[in-house]
Amino acid sequence: MRASSAECRGPTGAPRAVSAASPWMDALRRLRRNRVAMLGLAILTAFALAAVVAPWVAPYPYDRTDLRYGARSPTWSHLLGTDELGRDVLTRVLYGARISFAVGILATLVSLTIGVTYGSVAGFRGGRLDQVMMRAVDILYGLPFMFFVILLMVLFGRSILNLFIALGAVQWLTMARIVRGQVLSLRVREFILAAQAMGASPRRVLVRHLLPNALGPIVVYATLTVPAVMLEEAFLSFLGLGVQPPMSSWGSLAAEGAAAMEAYPWLIIFPGLALTTTLLSLNFVGDGLRDALDPQATLRR
Amino acid sequence: MPVYVARRVAGFVPVLFIIVSLSFFVMRLAPGGPFDQDRVLPEQVRANIEARYHLNESLWTQYIRYLGDVLRGDLGPSFRYPDRSVNELLGLGFPVSLLLGACAMVVAVCLGGAAGLLAGVRRNSVVDFLAMSFALFGVSVPNFVLGPLLMLLFALGLGWVPVAGWGTWRHVILPAVTLGTFYAAYVARLTRAGMLEVIGQDFIRTARAKGQREATVILRHAVPSAILPVVSYLGPASAAVLTGSVVVETVFGIPGIGRYFVTGALNRDYTMVLGTVISYSVLLLSFNLLVDILYAYLDPRVQVQ
Repeated sequence: MRASSAECRGPTGAPRAVSAASPWMDALRRLRRNRVAMLGLAILTAFALAAVVAPWVAPYPYDRTDLRYGARSPTWSHLLGTDELGRDVLTRVLYGARISFAVGILATLVSLTIGVTYGSVAGFRGGRLDQVMMRAVDILYGLPFMFFVILLMVLFGRSILNLFIALGAVQWLTMARIVRGQVLSLRVREFILAAQAMGASPRRVLVRHLLPNALGPIVVYATLTVPAVMLEEAFLSFLGLGVQPPMSSWGSLAAEGAAAMEAYPWLIIFPGLALTTTLLSLNFVGDGLRDALDPQATLRR
Repeated sequence: MPVYVARRVAGFVPVLFIIVSLSFFVMRLAPGGPFDQDRVLPEQVRANIEARYHLNESLWTQYIRYLGDVLRGDLGPSFRYPDRSVNELLGLGFPVSLLLGACAMVVAVCLGGAAGLLAGVRRNSVVDFLAMSFALFGVSVPNFVLGPLLMLLFALGLGWVPVAGWGTWRHVILPAVTLGTFYAAYVARLTRAGMLEVIGQDFIRTARAKGQREATVILRHAVPSAILPVVSYLGPASAAVLTGSVVVETVFGIPGIGRYFVTGALNRDYTMVLGTVISYSVLLLSFNLLVDILYAYLDPRVQVQ
């Protein structure tokens, strides 16, 4: 019993050992001091809240067309104007936020799951298996992966669920590399040896000791994956391969806007602005987290 | 070196084989076929068409036949444009896409490299601030938003360049900038980080102590080490540029192979999609090889063996 409770604490702040002086509190303090990152976080929180409550606060139903008010520039009744079918742009941008945030979170979770599992197995087993697994990652890195996503979307139906899976499924390579590198360097440390000497199973060593200590880089990279998948969703929707009408996503709104921008520039400006602001904020937060969790980290990945 | 290159090129074969097989079976397993979306054809007509394209044979026979054709360099007839072969269509589009991609990479490396270099050398100066603002902006504006906005400003507003289309060098500018900006921003950040890391090292101090001019110290000694991360980023970047070119070609109405890929996939034009995927993959594999050779040339610790 005593052995296992000592084990739980871990050397560098496994979650249970959080105290005032833990590295996680340190990191949080550093993050709080980073004004740009906090600004990004505030913007993201506001957008995420708006996305969640969109069905209740949006001024109009998202698919209501009103041809009498087609393609009006911004007015008091339509703050961001209307599109050619008279649909309220503000409403559609709000609903687009739902898609973007859902994709950002869910596809990141998919990529996190695959990447962490793959990377930790490769790093933990090591040897021949590691070599083969990482060689496979190297090869996959060189492939035009988005083309497979496009193929999958076209061929197996453009449902939102497919979108989450397809995007997450191609985004795990870097995550796998990072986790593998971390595990590889951590597994020869004394505290792992100690855990093994106490008879912890490989699974327990991996889940209780290795992964918690690799959490910093994992969190940082996951934050940077969110804007990447959001961008890819928007990219697919722009090509008409993502979210289907009458649902809107920022990408499909931008596509509609780009088609009509000469006459109605606000149709591309507002969705573009929403997307850019979100991506910018996410990058701020990601950079801030990296600086906070790993002060020595360079940009190199 | 020739042995190394030959071995790597030989290594392309299994990778391409996997790509072709995967794409082939993924396309065929999916519901729908190239002749489904038009009006319903009479039974006999349909059977004739399918016989002409060998669609009535077993999937396995078709697969072997296709592999044989590809080995002979024949990508087959297009299902969508019956009078033309895929080779012919790709022959028209490929140089266009290649030029666009190359220009975008030049924009990325030159613009991003210069910005990152200046930012790294003059750390915390106005230049650094401007360069890093550009870098943050660049990675946050999607190319399908940037493209139309640039078009709105420089083509429709100021009239400096043509709105869309392809033909003269003036047509290349906006698409290349649109496509290259994201990677320029990323390259700028990588270069800056690399410069900051290198500049504190002993061999730079030695170079300065020898009394070399600052320009020589930076360009001759610091830059070759500082840009190593940039060089290794060029591989993934080129893959992303190819993907991005699909959108940029759509936005600017450029007759490259990106549009063939998208319309081909939508129309279930099997041979067309496989043909574009093969072209993109060959391009990418060759480019990755070039990057590896360049890397070995810049970093004496790496041996190409």
